[in-house]
Amino acid sequence: MSALDLGRGTPSSPRPVGAAGSGRSGPVRGAAASMHVDWTLCDGRGLCTELLPELLERDEWGHPVAVGQPPASRSDVTVPPELVDAARDAVALCPRAALRLRPLPLP
Amino acid sequence: MTTLAPPPVPSSTGGTRHPAPNGVRRLFAAADPSLAAHLAAFGPLTLDHAGPDLIAELQGAGLDGRGGAHFATWRKLAAARAEQQGRGGPAARGRHRAVVVGNGAEGEPLSRKDATLLDRAPHLVLDGLLLAAATVGASRAVLYTTPRLLPVVEAALRERGDASDVTLVEAPDTFLSGEASSVVAAVEGRPAVPSDRIARLTTSGVGGRPTLVQNVETLAQLALVARFGVAWFRSVGAPAEPGTRLVTVSGGDGRSPMATAATPGGAGRVLEVTGTMSLRRIVEAAGVDPTRLRAVLVGGFHGAWLPVGALDLPFTREALHPWGASPGAGVVWALTADGCGLAAAAEITTYLAGQSARQCGPCLNGLPRLADVLGRLARGDRATWLPGEVTRLAGLVTGRGSCHHPDGTARLVFSTLQAFADDVRHHLEGRCLAGGPGPSVPSATPTRPGEGR
Repeated sequence: MSALDLGRGTPSSPRPVGAAGSGRSGPVRGAAASMHVDWTLCDGRGLCTELLPELLERDEWGHPVAVGQPPASRSDVTVPPELVDAARDAVALCPRAALRLRPLPLP
Repeated sequence: MTTLAPPPVPSSTGGTRHPAPNGVRRLFAAADPSLAAHLAAFGPLTLDHAGPDLIAELQGAGLDGRGGAHFATWRKLAAARAEQQGRGGPAARGRHRAVVVGNGAEGEPLSRKDATLLDRAPHLVLDGLLLAAATVGASRAVLYTTPRLLPVVEAALRERGDASDVTLVEAPDTFLSGEASSVVAAVEGRPAVPSDRIARLTTSGVGGRPTLVQNVETLAQLALVARFGVAWFRSVGAPAEPGTRLVTVSGGDGRSPMATAATPGGAGRVLEVTGTMSLRRIVEAAGVDPTRLRAVLVGGFHGAWLPVGALDLPFTREALHPWGASPGAGVVWALTADGCGLAAAAEITTYLAGQSARQCGPCLNGLPRLADVLGRLARGDRATWLPGEVTRLAGLVTGRGSCHHPDGTARLVFSTLQAFADDVRHHLEGRCLAGGPGPSVPSATPTRPGEGR
């Protein structure tokens, strides 16, 4: 699987950010998103924490910790609109392909 | 077979309905595990209700999942059925046909209610499995359980002619083998460890197929609802939490939790109880003297402590909620008045750290550190930073795993600090509220781990 493949998922899973198959095409401008961390893949390389210092810190073993998010949102990190571009870079550049960007679930 | 079946009585729908079990002895109403005793106690299985009718009945009955998470059973069946229908219903083929799995892994070391149920009432579980499969339109039904119980279920399958399609999958003896995504992995033939999920299993589970994983007690209860209906199901128990549930009560004898769990033949007593019974009554019914206790651990190793003053609470989610506890998988372990809650919790946390699937960094790294720091506190290390570090580490791992193992471990640890706050203070002062020799280890760690990083 490619890190750019944001469109993975099953028919009834939430629609991926961006048009299916177009890889890098962006989310709806101005909309917040949700960044999913697959902890089984994450190795704590730390690239995401450098690209998204406003959102992510590192714990003492190097793994990302979402700053100021409730526990339920620490694996599905809420990304404000102004950081969605940086989050898309983090998804694309994660050496472990452990990140995925999705639209925020409806409330 | 030794039981005489009561005569069938006419039902309002014109057919005959077998009389329902009286009182709170429901799941164990059959005299023995044989098919004959099962039929004598419960009557024959019909799949007439399977489908939307059964889903509506389960909603009316208010049956929740008995594996620990309390998820509404009807919702899972409805979701799996809807997914199956969306993929073509009964005409769907191959990877579009749903799978139903009865989960009898029972990885909780202090639980043996599922094993007892499979030993004594395997046919009720199989009835539930077949009803669930027919309801969601599954083409595959699997019973997943431990090596010891596989022959028991095999023998039950051989007794009946309607379950030849049920396949058996072996559950390894690990804490996480019963986690729903571990179950899916095992059914797929992979190691039974959790996986990262973004879709519900009812949408995409075994081989991408809609998958319903239900605890075996949930299936047995489902089989009773299908036979005897909503009004009967709700005729015992608390209005908000009707019916019976199985509990495993152990401890109260001065042994540690892991020593209890290592008891040959299984720990504790399995009881069928209702939500109108207090914890005190449940503990007493299991032969444990509640006046000799300090606290009880409820829900399992991912559960929470209740001080002995809270024993008069009924065993319901609603009553236990303010304590951060829930009936969970029905585990109740009693800490005696001369036992140290910090020592018991440290032992459990060490076990849980060792049961990490070692896939997720925060769990793999954080739980052993958490167990180490809590262990120091329990053993009498008087470094004043220990309680704060326990809190920090429990908070650090929470919400940061692909399964809930770190969250559940943190829940137990937070509950420990709350329930045994006085013990923490005494330990730091070099004393222990529990009887026995008490801690005597001086602080060997002048600096906090991680400082100066």
